[in-house]
Amino acid sequence: MNSLIPPAAIFIVGALFVPLMRGRLKSAFMLVLPVLAFATLVNMPEGKYWIVNFLDYDLIFGRVDKLSMVFGYIFTIVSFIGILFALKVEDDLQHVSALMYAGGALGVTFSGDFFSLYIFWELLAISSTFLILARRTKTSQAAAFRYIQVHVFGGLCLLAGIMVYIHDSGTTEFSYIGLNGIGSWLIFIGIALNAAIPPLHPWLQDAYPEATVTGAVFMSALTTKSAVYLMARTFPGTELLIWVGAFMTAMPIFYAVLENDIRRVLAYSLINQVGFMMCGIGIGTALAINGTVSHAFCHILYKALLFMSTGSVLYMTGKIRCTDLGGLYKTMPLTCLFCIIGAASISAFPLFSGFISKSMIISAAAHGNLIAVWLILQFASAGVFHHAGIKVPFFTFFGHDSGIRTKEPPLNMLLAMGIAAFLCVAIAVFPGPLYDILPYPVDYVPYTGAHVVGQLQLLMFGALAFCLLILAGYYPAEMRAINLDTDWFYRKGGRLFYYIMDKVLNGVNRLADRVIARAIPGWLGQLSRTPISSLMTLYMRVTGKGFATEALNTETRPEATSLAPMGTAVLLSLVFLFLLFVVFVFLA
Amino acid sequence: MKKELKIFDKPENVKRFLGFFYASLVVLLIVDFFIHKHAEFPWEGAPEFFAVYGFVSCVLLIFIAKLLRIFIKRDENHYE
Repeated sequence: MNSLIPPAAIFIVGALFVPLMRGRLKSAFMLVLPVLAFATLVNMPEGKYWIVNFLDYDLIFGRVDKLSMVFGYIFTIVSFIGILFALKVEDDLQHVSALMYAGGALGVTFSGDFFSLYIFWELLAISSTFLILARRTKTSQAAAFRYIQVHVFGGLCLLAGIMVYIHDSGTTEFSYIGLNGIGSWLIFIGIALNAAIPPLHPWLQDAYPEATVTGAVFMSALTTKSAVYLMARTFPGTELLIWVGAFMTAMPIFYAVLENDIRRVLAYSLINQVGFMMCGIGIGTALAINGTVSHAFCHILYKALLFMSTGSVLYMTGKIRCTDLGGLYKTMPLTCLFCIIGAASISAFPLFSGFISKSMIISAAAHGNLIAVWLILQFASAGVFHHAGIKVPFFTFFGHDSGIRTKEPPLNMLLAMGIAAFLCVAIAVFPGPLYDILPYPVDYVPYTGAHVVGQLQLLMFGALAFCLLILAGYYPAEMRAINLDTDWFYRKGGRLFYYIMDKVLNGVNRLADRVIARAIPGWLGQLSRTPISSLMTLYMRVTGKGFATEALNTETRPEATSLAPMGTAVLLSLVFLFLLFVVFVFLA
Repeated sequence: MKKELKIFDKPENVKRFLGFFYASLVVLLIVDFFIHKHAEFPWEGAPEFFAVYGFVSCVLLIFIAKLLRIFIKRDENHYE
């Protein structure tokens, strides 16, 4: 088995060769990587391998079981689609970081120990940051900066948790953890941040809409879903997740209804969909975990499809706000069709992929007799159709005619969307193959009369509400505005922190400069040059007798250079170190 | 440039589309009486439960979102 290269390594090593190639060779090379990785996956039997001994611990790069395999498959499939979509992008930075990113996600999926997990986890954060930076606008730079800081925070939580865990258990291997003790909580928070669980979610809606057209496709697929995988691995059956998951399905849809930026609407609906998965992990029964895993599988495809179709609009028109778009079905009918297929899939229409996966989670809630959760999930299902299912295609491709006349995106983009759209429908029509690779045996029939009619009623009457509200003019108008979310705390709070630190630390700096750097050396210099007269001057000043012959010349030093608050960064590091210290000494 | 699609430029086509949509709603309401239900909760078996729930959910969603907008809406340059 060790003769094969780990799938993560195929992407990561492959990425390094991309800048050396040009033209068709490069395109072919990039497309071959996910195919190679997929071929490796198919030939990987269950078990643990690629074990490397490192500092008395075993690094396990291949923990292969049913759970990790499903995520391995879908990550390579969506990487192929994403690479095909990005094929014509002439920017090696994006290609290399996207491939590294995919490698990171596969690495997380197959790591059997915390050390290698952490390395791949950070690789995810760093490589994805470059997909935002690569947009090369001022707002994207700022968003990328916030994104990496939030993820460094999450990564530190995870790292601290891992250290406590290793200290307590004596092993770096991990499987089920469950919430008990500070270490597990820190790990939980680290994963929850990547899974965008409120209130740790705002990085997602902040960063994804600022990413490049093709970068957003990878981002929509990899970060949150690798967190879903890890959560399903380490915290299945954690009751807290049922409730945060349910909240997570409902909260973002209100934002999505109001949001003007189409890709931000999709970002909110992404959070909403991951909410279903968190809820499933929390319920933790075989049906719920199967539902979660299959929903992650389907979700990656239709969400990538939605980001590709709206990304195509951004790529062709340079516009992405509801207020700027409309009527594009006239010139982009195929893109419009793909968007509608993605929209129908996320809405879980019968014969579209969401239908055969999400319903398992909702059924699991019903089997567990979780009445409130069931009602919230059904509410969220209707709400998804409302914003992701109708709003996104309606305001982009229909609605008022914006007057924009463009054409379909290049063939490779259409092909990538076509493949994703085909899979969305194929999985729904023939769910058997997907059900066969799920972690537990599947005893679930999605297509029953009651389920099909119930779901259709839920969706169509939700659509009726949309229709009537639009016609009545009561639907929230498209507006050039933003909506406050919990990122306010660090975007505004960060500034407040900076302001206070600026005043306090620079105040200390100025005082020190005046007293220690100027006054005292100046006076000492004066004293050493003319000791007698200096002392006399001092004596006369103190006693008030006689007159000072000359003023103290304090200007013996050149002007100090910039007083930028360097101290802020140092202080932050100190605070973090101190917190880690406290955690270890008193709590661990 | 290729010729444009203009089907929804004609009001009668929009009307036709809406007519088709309303008709499908009626069909769904009627079909509901003829299917075998295996309800987990008692109300799931009630006639037209999902139609009512879907409609009410979405109206509530919009109503609350509009209320929410009063508190959270800011200028596009709010953070700059």
